[in-house]
Amino acid sequence: MTNEGKVPTRMGDGTFVHMTRDEIRADLEAGSEAAAKRAKVPPLTQEELDHLLDIYASPARFTGVDVGDEIVLSCDGTGMKTHATRIQDLQSYEQWMGADLLELCVGDYSLKVVRTILAYEAQYMHDAQLATIAPLQYGVMPNLGLYSKPDGPCDNWNELLPLGKIAESRAAQEEAVEMAVVDMVKLADSQWEAGADAIDWDTTGASGDPEFLAALRATEIIRKKYPDFGVQLGMAGEFVLGMHGQLEWDGVRLAGLWPKDQLLLAQKAGATMFGPVVNVNTGKSLAWNIARAIALIKPCMDVATIPVHPNAGMGVGAVPMFVHPLADAVCRSAKSFVDLLHVDGL
Amino acid sequence: MQMTRGMRLKEAKQYVADKLGVTPFDLSDPAVMTDIRAELGFGGIHSYAISQPYLANQIEAKFNIARVLDVPINSVERFKERTTPGGGAR
Repeated sequence: MTNEGKVPTRMGDGTFVHMTRDEIRADLEAGSEAAAKRAKVPPLTQEELDHLLDIYASPARFTGVDVGDEIVLSCDGTGMKTHATRIQDLQSYEQWMGADLLELCVGDYSLKVVRTILAYEAQYMHDAQLATIAPLQYGVMPNLGLYSKPDGPCDNWNELLPLGKIAESRAAQEEAVEMAVVDMVKLADSQWEAGADAIDWDTTGASGDPEFLAALRATEIIRKKYPDFGVQLGMAGEFVLGMHGQLEWDGVRLAGLWPKDQLLLAQKAGATMFGPVVNVNTGKSLAWNIARAIALIKPCMDVATIPVHPNAGMGVGAVPMFVHPLADAVCRSAKSFVDLLHVDGL
Repeated sequence: MQMTRGMRLKEAKQYVADKLGVTPFDLSDPAVMTDIRAELGFGGIHSYAISQPYLANQIEAKFNIARVLDVPINSVERFKERTTPGGGAR
């Protein structure tokens, strides 16, 4: 038994749990060590752990960064008919919520869905640009899986792999990459002509290394065609899954890359913003999750030549996997990233 | 500055502050920036409760932002193309 007072904090699924400072510190150390062991990154220093302990052992409902340390907030999906027309949504985010940037998108959010309505989306971007001030990007998730049967034309590599048809699976993924790159560049062509400020590849790598490859190749082409066009490349997870296993870009094998190496490729391809992602373990406390996230993303900050915006939302960046963002968790995550990593945005 | 120029935060804040004649600290202070935004025609909260019909807003504001910050804004360039005889004028 201990007489040490307990403070309310949360688990990764959002439920409240009451822990002592010592218990929170133990979880911070364990999260840091988990990152170090798996990704071969340095564990957090004692000073960093102490600072996280002050943030996560506070009973305050809300916390924030120091005055003057404000950052840029990027986002996805601000113009998608949440409560009005898409343009009215964008205006609401800009005018009433003070969004630093805006994003037009369709609800499905998949590249393959958007490719059939490029002209309509470009027209909407054109109209939206006339009616807003903040930088306005167009966002999709590459979602390479939709290029496989039954949704798409390519053989389904997820069905081929369990059958041991490795070569056929890889061939199908490579075919999908070629199609996705063409579609990504066509989307960028149409949005550039419409006046978009940037393209956002969101949840890149959700289908593993072939999807990351498609995003890198498309980004490289877009950078050469449109030097002033922004490309935000956000990831789907902390680790690039090796669905193919042998794919390379610029001589680097993509399967198994952690955030720092993902960033190095993204900025070399020509991305102007990079969004590293660390997924939440719902069975661990937020203290465990934030320490792991900070330790995994920290190596990015020394090598970044472009803005780094760690993803901090539902189920990523030590924000609980819960449909409504829990303000006490969101503000602690944001303060941790700003204070410890000096991130360029979130 | 981040989205299309790829500038990191510290560099971006300093660039914008220099162009506006303020400090990076001022950029997130509404008490300072409200007047500066109005003076430079950068747009503001568009509300009928605080109507400012004489101030630039929306695409108008982006023309002013592009000029003062000396950065090309795609939609502004497109606007010029489509409203200039022969097109293409910057």
